[in-house]
Formats: sequence, C-alpha cells, structure tokens
Amino acid sequence: MGTCNCKTPWDELNEVIEAHRGQESALIEVLHKAQEIMGYLPRDVQEAIAEGLRVPLNKVYGVVSFYHHFSVEPKGKYQIAVCNGTACYVKGAPAVISSLEEELGIRAGETTQDGKFSLAAVRCLGACSLAPVMTINQKAYGLVDADKAKEIIKQYE
Amino acid sequence: MIRTLEDLREFKIQQEERSRQEKADKQAKILVGMGTCGIAAGAQEVYEAICDELRQQGIEDVVVAQTGCIGFCAQEPLAEVILPDRQVLYGHIDAEKARKIVTDHIAGGQVITEWAVNGGSLLPKEQQAEAEIVNVGDVPFFKTQVRIALKNCGVINPESLGEYIARDGYQSLAKVLTEMTPADVIEEVKKSGLRGRGGGGFSTGMKWEFAHKQPPGQKYIVCNADEGDPGAFMDRSILEGDPHSVVEGMAIGAYAIGANKGYVYCRAEYPIAVKRLNLAISQAKEQGLLGENILGTDFSFDLEVRLGAGAFVCGEETALLASIEGERGEPRLRPPYPAVSGLWGKPTIINNVETFANIAPIIRRGSDWFGSIGSENSKGTKVFALAGEINNIGLAEIPMGTTLREVIFDIGGGIPEGKQFKGAQTGGPSGGCIPAEFLDTPIDYDNLAKLGTIMGSGGLIIMAEDTCMVDLARFFLDFTQEESCGKCPPCRVGTTVMLDMLNRIVEGKGEVEDLEKLKELGENIKAASLCGLGQTAPNPVLSTMRYFWEEYEEHVRDKKCRAGVCTALFQYYIIPEKCKRCGICAKVCPVKCISGDRQTPYVIDQELCIKCGACMEACPFDSIIKQ
Ligand SMILES: Cc1cc2nc3c(=O)[nH]c(=O)nc-3n(C[C@H](O)[C@H](O)[C@H](O)COP(=O)(O)O)c2cc1C
Ligand code: FES
Repeated sequence: MGTCNCKTPWDELNEVIEAHRGQESALIEVLHKAQEIMGYLPRDVQEAIAEGLRVPLNKVYGVVSFYHHFSVEPKGKYQIAVCNGTACYVKGAPAVISSLEEELGIRAGETTQDGKFSLAAVRCLGACSLAPVMTINQKAYGLVDADKAKEIIKQYE
Repeated sequence: MIRTLEDLREFKIQQEERSRQEKADKQAKILVGMGTCGIAAGAQEVYEAICDELRQQGIEDVVVAQTGCIGFCAQEPLAEVILPDRQVLYGHIDAEKARKIVTDHIAGGQVITEWAVNGGSLLPKEQQAEAEIVNVGDVPFFKTQVRIALKNCGVINPESLGEYIARDGYQSLAKVLTEMTPADVIEEVKKSGLRGRGGGGFSTGMKWEFAHKQPPGQKYIVCNADEGDPGAFMDRSILEGDPHSVVEGMAIGAYAIGANKGYVYCRAEYPIAVKRLNLAISQAKEQGLLGENILGTDFSFDLEVRLGAGAFVCGEETALLASIEGERGEPRLRPPYPAVSGLWGKPTIINNVETFANIAPIIRRGSDWFGSIGSENSKGTKVFALAGEINNIGLAEIPMGTTLREVIFDIGGGIPEGKQFKGAQTGGPSGGCIPAEFLDTPIDYDNLAKLGTIMGSGGLIIMAEDTCMVDLARFFLDFTQEESCGKCPPCRVGTTVMLDMLNRIVEGKGEVEDLEKLKELGENIKAASLCGLGQTAPNPVLSTMRYFWEEYEEHVRDKKCRAGVCTALFQYYIIPEKCKRCGICAKVCPVKCISGDRQTPYVIDQELCIKCGACMEACPFDSIIKQ
C-alpha cells in the first residue's frame, strides 16, 4: 500500500480553524465550513472550534442549536429534502412527505437505520415553478407527487 | 484596472466594440436561462447539448451564453435564439429538443414555432392569427411588465462584469463619486419616493439620512438577502441574474451614509446566488470598483458575503445583525434603530436586495423619471414571485398600482385546469390573503395595508378552490411557531397555543367558541411581541378569518372542509348505484380497506381508510366521491 498524502478531514478542519484563530465573529462561517468538511458537528468538532476561536463552548453549542442548518447528528448517505414552502405546500408537498415517510419507515427529520437515507422537510428551495420539489444530495426533482417520489428514491437504493 | 472615470468610459466603449464585433462575426447568439429553477429543470444539459451539437455540425459562428432567470419560470428550461432580425424564445426544452433547434433553426433557418413561447399555440388566440412569431416583449406574460430591478436579468451573462458595464453598469457610482455630494445622493433617493422592498416599505432616502447624520466614524451598510418568505424567489433571481446591480447599489448607499464596509447576508440555501455574488465582488475588486480610492476619489469601500444558517427570524434586521456578529440570531428591542446603533454598535443601514437594485437606475435616470412610475405614495415597480395555482409561474415586475387581476390573469395567465380563483397570499407568513372581491384593487403599500395584508417582499401565492383557508393559516402558523426564536413569551407561547387551537380545528375537534378566542389571542400576540416576527405572526390567521369566516365556522360547527383538504373532515364513499364492481379500487387501496365482489357493490371501511384518495383517482367510472 502506498502512502497517501491526501489530507484527512481533521487536517482540513484545523486549517479552517487556524485561518480564523481568535476571531469570535467568524463562528458561523467556521461552523458552515466545518459541517461541509465533517458532514455534521459532533461535540469534538465543536470543542476544537471553541478552542481555536476562543469562544466558550456553551456559546458554540448555543449557536449550533439555534440554526436549523447545523446538525449534531450524522446525516444519511443520501439526503432527501422535500420542500414544504408555501408554493410546494399548496401544490401537494404534504402527500409527498408522507409517502416517503411510509416508504422509508422514518419520520421527516430522521435517518434510516442503515444510514442510507435521511429525510427532511425544508423551506423554499427557490424552485417554486417546479413545485412540489425535492432534492437528493442537491440534485433537484421537480413536479413530483407521492408515487413519483417513491420511484425516484428507488434509483438510490 | 479602472482607476478613473475616463477608464470606465474607455472600458465601456471597448465592451460595446467587442459586442458589435461579435454581432458582425457571428450569425446568432443562443442564451440559456441558468438560474436555480432553470438548472433544476435541466438547463445545464440543454446548454451542453447545444454546444455539443454545434461542435458536431461544425458550426462556429454561433455564441452560446448563460444568463440569469429570464422570469418565465413555468416554461423552464428556456433558451433564446437571437438572430439579427428576430428573437425566438424556446420553452420546455430538453437536450433532444435543443439539438433539433440547432439543426432546424440555426443550421436550417427554420423556426420551430410550436416550441416557441413567442409563437404557435402558446400565444393567445388573437395573436396566433397575426404572425407565426411575435416579439418576445409582446407575449402577454412580458407585455405589461416594466423592468427596472430586473432590467439585466435574463439579458446579460451574470458572470460578466463587461456585459454589466456595457449596459451602463457602474455609471451611477461614477456619477455620485464625481458629481454629487452624499447629501445630494440622499436628496435624490428621497425625491424618487423609493420605499424599502423588504417588507416594511420605509422611505429609503430617509433611512439613509438618519445614518448620514450620525457623527463620522465607522459605519456599515448591509444587504438583506435572507429571503425568508417560503415561496418567494425574487431576491434570489436578482442575485443570480444581475449581482453587480446590488454591489453598485450598496456602494452608492455606502458613499451616501459614509460607510466603508458592507456585508451581504445571504441564505445558505441559495448556493448559486452566493457563488455569483462572490464572483461579482471579486471582479469589482480586481477592476478597482471596490476597494481603496474607487475611481481615483477618496471613497473606499469593501464588501463581504455572510451566510445565513436557516433561521427565518434572521431576516428581521436586528436578528440579522446579531447573526453577522456570529451570535444566535435573536432580535432586540428598537430603538435604538440600527441606523444609530447597529453592527458592533455602529450606525448601520440595512436594505433589501431589490431596494439596492433600484438605486443605480434612479441615480442614472433621475428621481423624476422614477417618480413618474407607480402610484401616489408607492413609486416605481415591484417584483412579484408568482407561484401556487397559477399558469405562468414566474417573476413579474409591475408598476405599483397595477391591479391584482392584471397580474394574475393577464401576466399570470389565470388559474390552471379551469379552477376557480379563491385568494392570493402576499407577505408570506407575515402577511395575509386577498379574496376574489378585491381583485381590482391597485397594488401598492397603502391599499394592501387597508386590506389587512402587506406588500411583503414580493411573494404572491395564488390559491384555488381546492385550497383550504383554515389549513393554509395553520400552515403559516406552524411555520412561525417553529421559527419563533423563543426570546419573548407572547410570541413563543402565544403562537404555540394558536397552533394547538388550529390543529384541533382542522382535526374536527374545534368548538365554535374557539374562533373568538383565536382572534383575541392573535390580537394580543401582535400587540405584545418583541419583534416583527411575533407582531405579524397572527396575520395569516386574522386575515383568513376576516375573509373566510364561514369556512372556519364550517370546520368547527359542521365539521366540514369544503376544499376537501382537512382529512379528518371528509370521507370517501362509493356510490353503490354507480359502482360497476370492477374491483380496481380494492386493488389500488394501500391498506386493503375496500371490499366487495362481482355481486355486491364495493364499500370502504371508514375505520381503516387512511384517506389517500388512491381509489377515487383509480375509479374509471367516477363512482367514488369525497364528502
Ligand atoms: C420576521 C421578519 C422577517 C423578515 N425577513 C426579511 C427578508 O427575508 N428579507 C428582507 O429584505 N427583509 C426582511 N424583513 C424586513 C427587515 O427587517 C428590514 O425591514 C428590511 O430588510 C429593510 O430593508 P428595506 O427598507 O430595503 O425594505 C423581515 C422582517 C421580519 C420582522
Ligand atoms: S416553495 Fe418549494 S421551492 Fe419554493
């Protein structure tokens, strides 16, 4: 086996922290980058950020828990987001959500046992002309309904 | 580098020369709309297919370029073929159609009329007779629009500073820096009558004046690009389609109030907007249009993007500032207003994306011109994001004072599938609805307030007969309750109680007395909440109660939902006389609660039925009803 000189996620995270050392106001920016790198924000990540930015840990936790975007739980390999904004709601998003809940055996906001799928109901994705809209790992699917949504996730199994 | 006014002029001339040259050398240009909705509908594949097909056919004298949202989102993906003599806007194209357009139209000179938005059967009957292809501007969707904030959207490549400058970009910044004092700028903006497009509708010039009058020292200017109203997408489209217009507007504002640093606070859910905005900022910096001593003057201005993290309350200005500072986005009491004490305690001006996009045109064309558009107390235009039960979903920029009827039926093309219009929601979770009887009200700040709603940031959701207004109010309250930051009890506890009551009502457990209680509670929350979120959260409930009281009554008294939305309040029945005993319904039922056979009509076991509606949809004889 050859040696791999590629960076580990922790190396990347430490670089980001280093670039903002002691900058309290950069907290949200650093959390964004950390979640991008690590996938979620477990306690040890929060501790490293608190230490690097010289912010009390409870403040880091307070900020993480305040914003919906930040997650302290790992997400599934395929992250399904069904838009539940007004346009999508009026066009039938609730039926899409419940059909996926049924199909995956989880509630919105949860991840399947095997770590494959997580399901979230989110606010407007900005593609209202295609309502109802869902995305899987950023790929958008428009004009979905209960049946179509089930068909789409089959492609990811 | 553009160091002086002369350099800017030179740059513009070069750009114009370049595009003249391009026109002379090339036979056609193909523009592909690549905003979020275009890309979600497949614009990237279309773009690639066009380039590939041109390459395969060895056609070299055609330019393919991306542009922002063209605005006619219902027709996405859109591509516009621009020839010297005419423009054809193709809608609903995919990779295969794109290739055929190259073959037939570009190589063969044959317009494919039936795919053209400005031709064929997509046009209204009267226009079809006139000509095969009409001007894009004559298509009803575009015809009555007046584009100021959106003037470059869908026209230029948003990633090209040159194209922005060729369309008079940064001329207004140059003008204020070389010919006007900050006080002149404020006077001009005040005179134009421009009011904030982010919801409140406060005079932009007056707001700037407050900050200008603060003693010199560190000041900030902030752009609110949080666009929290779910179902609204005008700010995203401006940022994606014409990011420099916002940068220029902010720089002019910064000069007027004496700020040297600005932030754009943008939703993290808008990755394309963030990318193009960052690109625009770095281009402007590279050319010296941002940074130290802009255009050789004493004015220096630097701009940064900060990302939101999914909290609706951060659209509220004081919460937004807290978030930029890296804190929890909790609002604080005003006064002091941010214009006096904002970011890190310094005077700060916060304006909406669309507000900033109006600034450069006002400076360039003058306040009199701007003031000539719109109505008495609401000048200029407003961009609305049409969505919901409407044919032409998209962006409509209309002069203030246009009636709702014109927007919905002329521009919007009416309600799909012949359904009946029921109401329009403006202002999102802070706003209210407008019922059919007020369709002829001219839209402006004051008229909407009289109807019990607000202009809001421009979300316009159309609802038809099959939308339940009680459920809609519940939907918005569910939103605000979840988004309440929890700092003040009237909002935190009040919205929870209201939501509980509404949940009971839609589940058929409401009492007649609940309605008055709900209304009273709503009034109290409005009066007692700390910030705009709580102060406006009850609006969707109060407004639907005002116009659709009888629907509320039906829910609590008769336990009926006339729209057939609230599942606890209706059941599916098979009419025995109409049942042909085919058994299809029993086959599709996911919970196997329908029984019957060749001899006996099928019946639904109401105890087990989950009301999914699959049987009704499947029945070939329309024997199943919902009641
Ligand atoms: C709960 C709440 C959410 C808001 N969301 C937004 C928003 O998403 N975008 C926006 O421009 N203004 C929003 N506002 C209004 C801002 O507080 C502020 O008034 C506005 O950005 C000022 O800009 P303008 O004068 O240009 O309209 C919101 C207000 C409240 C109370
Ligand atoms: S409401 Fe779903 S994309 Fe806008």
